[in-house]
Amino acid sequence: EFRRFSLERSKPGKFEEFYGLLQHVHKIPNVDVLVGYTDIHGDLLPINNDDNYHKAVSTANPLLRIFIQRKEDADYSAFGTDTMTRKKNVLSNVLRPDNHKKKPHIVISMPQDFRPVSSIIDVDILPETHRRVRLYKYGTDKPLGFYIRDGSSVRVTPHGLEKVPGIFISRLVPGGLAQSTGLLAVNDEVLEVNGIEVSGKSLDQVTDMMIANSRNLIITVRPANQRNNVVRNSRTSGSSGQSTESSLPSSTPNLLGNLLQGEEESDEEDIVIEGSGEPQHIPKAAPTSESIESLSQIELLHESTQNGFLPCSEMNLNHSAGSISMECEVPDAGRKSLEEDGTIITL
Amino acid sequence: MRRFLRPGHDPVRERLKRDLFQFNKTVEHGFPHQPSALGYSPFLRLMAIGTRSGAIKLYGAPGVEFMGLHEENNTVMQIHFIPDQCQLVTLLDDNSLHLWSLKQHGGASELREEHRFTLKGPPGSPPSATQITAVLPHSSREVLYLGTESGNIFVVELPSFRVLEDRTITPEAVLQRVPEDNCNRRSCELVEALREHPKNPDHILIGYSRGLIVLWDLQNNKATHHFLGSQQLENLYWQRDGSKFISCHYDGSYTQWPVSNDNRQPEPLENIVPYGPFPCKAISKIYWQTTKNGLPYVVFQGGMPRASYGDRHSISVIHGSQQTAFDFTSRVIDFFIIFSSDPAAEFDDPSALVVLAEEELVVIDLKSAGWPAVHPPYLASLHCSAITCSHHVSNIPLKLWERIISAGSKQNIHYSSMPWPIDGGTNIAPDPPQRDLLLTGHEDGTVRFWDASGVCLHLLYKLSTVRVFLTDADPNDNMNTLGEDEWPPLRKVGTFDPYSDDPRLGIQKIYLCKYSGYLAVAGTAGQVLVMELNDEDAEHVVDHAEADLLQDQEGYRWKGHEKLKTRDGPVRFEAGFQPFVLVQCQPPAVVTSLALHSEWKLVAFGTSHGFGLFDHQQKRLVFVKCTLHPSDQLALEGPLSRVKSLKKSLRQSFRRIRRSRVSSRKRRGGSGNASEVQEANAKFDQDALQEMELAPVQRKIEARSAEDSFTGFVRTLYFADTFLRDSSRHCPSLWAGTNGGTVYAFSLRVPPAERRMDEPVRAEQAKEIQLMHRAPVVGILVLDGRSTPLPEPLEVAHDLSKSPDMQGSHQLLVVSEEQFKVFTLPKVSSKLKLKLTALEGCRVRKVTVANFGSCKTDDYSENDLAVLTNLGDIQIISLPFLKLQIRYPCIRKEDVSGIASCVFTKYGQGFYLISPSEFERFSLSTKWLVEPRCIVDMPEVTSNNHVHNKSGTENAARKS
Repeated sequence: EFRRFSLERSKPGKFEEFYGLLQHVHKIPNVDVLVGYTDIHGDLLPINNDDNYHKAVSTANPLLRIFIQRKEDADYSAFGTDTMTRKKNVLSNVLRPDNHKKKPHIVISMPQDFRPVSSIIDVDILPETHRRVRLYKYGTDKPLGFYIRDGSSVRVTPHGLEKVPGIFISRLVPGGLAQSTGLLAVNDEVLEVNGIEVSGKSLDQVTDMMIANSRNLIITVRPANQRNNVVRNSRTSGSSGQSTESSLPSSTPNLLGNLLQGEEESDEEDIVIEGSGEPQHIPKAAPTSESIESLSQIELLHESTQNGFLPCSEMNLNHSAGSISMECEVPDAGRKSLEEDGTIITL
Repeated sequence: MRRFLRPGHDPVRERLKRDLFQFNKTVEHGFPHQPSALGYSPFLRLMAIGTRSGAIKLYGAPGVEFMGLHEENNTVMQIHFIPDQCQLVTLLDDNSLHLWSLKQHGGASELREEHRFTLKGPPGSPPSATQITAVLPHSSREVLYLGTESGNIFVVELPSFRVLEDRTITPEAVLQRVPEDNCNRRSCELVEALREHPKNPDHILIGYSRGLIVLWDLQNNKATHHFLGSQQLENLYWQRDGSKFISCHYDGSYTQWPVSNDNRQPEPLENIVPYGPFPCKAISKIYWQTTKNGLPYVVFQGGMPRASYGDRHSISVIHGSQQTAFDFTSRVIDFFIIFSSDPAAEFDDPSALVVLAEEELVVIDLKSAGWPAVHPPYLASLHCSAITCSHHVSNIPLKLWERIISAGSKQNIHYSSMPWPIDGGTNIAPDPPQRDLLLTGHEDGTVRFWDASGVCLHLLYKLSTVRVFLTDADPNDNMNTLGEDEWPPLRKVGTFDPYSDDPRLGIQKIYLCKYSGYLAVAGTAGQVLVMELNDEDAEHVVDHAEADLLQDQEGYRWKGHEKLKTRDGPVRFEAGFQPFVLVQCQPPAVVTSLALHSEWKLVAFGTSHGFGLFDHQQKRLVFVKCTLHPSDQLALEGPLSRVKSLKKSLRQSFRRIRRSRVSSRKRRGGSGNASEVQEANAKFDQDALQEMELAPVQRKIEARSAEDSFTGFVRTLYFADTFLRDSSRHCPSLWAGTNGGTVYAFSLRVPPAERRMDEPVRAEQAKEIQLMHRAPVVGILVLDGRSTPLPEPLEVAHDLSKSPDMQGSHQLLVVSEEQFKVFTLPKVSSKLKLKLTALEGCRVRKVTVANFGSCKTDDYSENDLAVLTNLGDIQIISLPFLKLQIRYPCIRKEDVSGIASCVFTKYGQGFYLISPSEFERFSLSTKWLVEPRCIVDMPEVTSNNHVHNKSGTENAARKS
């Protein structure tokens, strides 16, 4: 079925409104659908939040082609970069999904259905020898699963080489979050914890800092194995460059920008039980007028959303319907995927 | 990044911060750890104590205190005041000599090190040639005689420490004057004692270790007399008139020798072994004091019969037929006698015996019958039983203060009424701004009440909880019950008694309400006692209730210690705080938190299993709440360390006493080297640690979870009258915070006063907050509508605080080890937070609200949080906006017991233990500062007049 309608380009409104409009236009008010559009490169890209919705509207030239699929029989593989070139006829796939029924394949969910478990962040601002890894403890039952120890490393100083004390990863628990990401290894030197340098801090201090940040732990390491470091060169990122950037609105050059957003968002979830009632998450209080001045400095931090770290996340499948828990580990995917996705660089 | 760009540099606020906050370590209270030397100046009437860590402390009249620290941190072996000077010389165990002087600076005297000196022998000589064994400051104040192991006596000039080589008294020179047949070269090895003749400064008495004693004429450089002792010499003492002297010996004997012009080699007048005839221990020091009535006082250290009393630390006093051997519980370091210092006086007329033992200072009044002890105004033995907790109460109302003093004075009747005999110097510090009490809980079940208002920490009253319980030890079993005819006539003195009868008696938490005089005390075996101040002795039954904190949990067995057995029937209590209710927690685990509300007459207590509320008016348990996670087996059964025999715990007590903890001492007056030395040591230690990388220490990184052990451990309890359910009605409430980051709030219904005995107190759980970071909750506080912390119970009723603002909205501050969070009330919404651990890697150990006044204007003050972290830093955090104001390093992070012992006052001061026996006092406030400020003037002595005049004319010259 085709529908044609108009939108005001300067005021596209919110995704939710747009979604409602689509359901209204197609008279399918209670059906979950996936929404996609074709961008200027001909890629079929999803629309599922305000950002990519706005992006889609802005790319309309002047027509914007929107594709809608029922969620239950959606072909997820249709989406993604290079979809139009990889698959010869995406449109036919989308429009006639029964073509695919003959060869069942693993369904990979939409990003919103995933929960991130770890990511490499701030690749653009860190020295190539360092790696900043974010572990998302929230929601997973997996233990963080690693140990740290004291050690010493050699630094280049104005007085020549010098042995300085450092903190190192000493052990990874099999099956733990740290091990399963493949981003941390034994003997990696820990340089920072959530943006704070560990040099000069004792093992116990660093332990306390890590545990205090355990719900959203960002550790910057100097990997013991330096062979897998990225040779940073934006030209190698190829055709996917544009689309990656488009969904990376907050790739700030600001060192701590990414860190603090996540940090602030991560533990607003204290629970209160009123009387004998049900547990509830504690809401955030609106600043009262008398205290607004001083509050503003802290409140400001809450304003930013968590979008900043999406682009280069590894995703852990947690699809409610599927019993398969699949880890999409880059090392298994091999070098090829590395080259395709310029901002992910791992082992 | 915005966090770091906040406009925090408001110049007005910065200026105000300077007027409010300032960090100072002001004074050390208590008894010096590991004292090693004692000195006294009869001229200045000051006493000096040296320690094994190189500290030297001077004490005079109460409030007159000085402290110095040798940069070497070596043991102080000897202290000698220079006669008639404000100077003293110390000898360290590295054989170095140090000259210290008291000088006036800025209106107060200061102790400063002037010179240091190490005696050097001729090249190639063995170190023993210059190893100093005896020091004699000559009364001319110009030279120091230094006796050495080699038998040489060197003469050095003061204050330059220049060696006057031509005046050295060599053994060879001495032997020339002594008949060969009695002596040889070896007789002159090791100078044991040097004593100046009391009447003739040109004569000195030299005692050599092997028993030879020589009277040496300094003018003519020859021996005038020699005395041949048969026993190894320990010490010498001149009689006042110089006609006789007395020597004491290794075999426990002492000998009197006459000095007359006609006999150059006199025989002893008498030789006595006071505790003979069986072999005795050495008498290491002796005094012979003359009196008007002719009977001398002989005072000596040691000399006990080797076999049966060789382990005693004793000092004996013999006066005519009276003889007492004062028996100390710790080793005697040294002693002196205070006697008439007037050189013209005919007799010594001793007034007091001052004994420095390893763990306490004991002063005996020799003038009163029975020789009672004098109650020292300072140098209290804080650790007479190990300190287990402390509690500070500021600004005590005068009424309560007087009642406590009166209760304490009844305990002190056996003390002498003699004024404190060491009374040099003048205390010029302003009077303490308020009356403060420091309460210390001890391992033996006692609570000591200290006057912590000023520089002298002084014991006011001692409370024992032991009488409530039946213990194995019979309190009448005492070493003092020796009969009249016992020999030797030992008498136990001092208060240091580190042996606890039963570790379960140990006090863990104390809460005193200064307005009502109610006191709650809780201990190791789950006992909670509520007491009331009674000015009279009384005999009554202590009511007894049990609180089963595991009420709903079944099938668990407590494997820890049993509860204490209570005495049946009425118990007699002396005047003071008398218990009227005992609440026994079950299982009898250690009480970990305690709160008392004297207005509502409620007491709340918590252990690792849960918490309870007790109505001490109706003597009824209101409720209990189990906080235990069902899977937390460890907490249920009691920590393994608790499963131990009494014997083992006694053994540990012993060990704790022996434990030597070298504490970092504060440095005054820019002695930066010492800290450098320490840093170097720390670096060395660290290097050594790195060498041991064979088995590296690992730390597990894991988020906290509900299944962790000891999450139910109740860390804090707090009463508040606030808006718990809705914003229109406030009600009494009880808040509890646990180790697992849970906060429970119970709304309470307390009947009005007229029906207080008729209706029960009711409680209902109103809220439960789980902090997602699950760190232990260490503090809970409610701020009123003006963001001021709620006042203490009865504070408003006594007109000492403004009524809290019940119109505006209240806020709840929850302090966990990791962060500070402010929530709104009654609907719990998070409003503000400050993260500490995530950003700095340190955790909150202690937190208190403190009031800081401005030193510039009297009318400005504010409330802030004073926080001590596990790294030993102190931070001040503003209320209600939770902004870090200032941070000071205070305690070394390795000093875990120091950090654990820290207690803050309500006005920005604090105390922590720098050793088992000493509290360091510090101040964070510019306004409330208690530190010694005193002047030591040179008493007017003719020979000194010219010094004064000289400085006077110098000043005059400068003026003109």
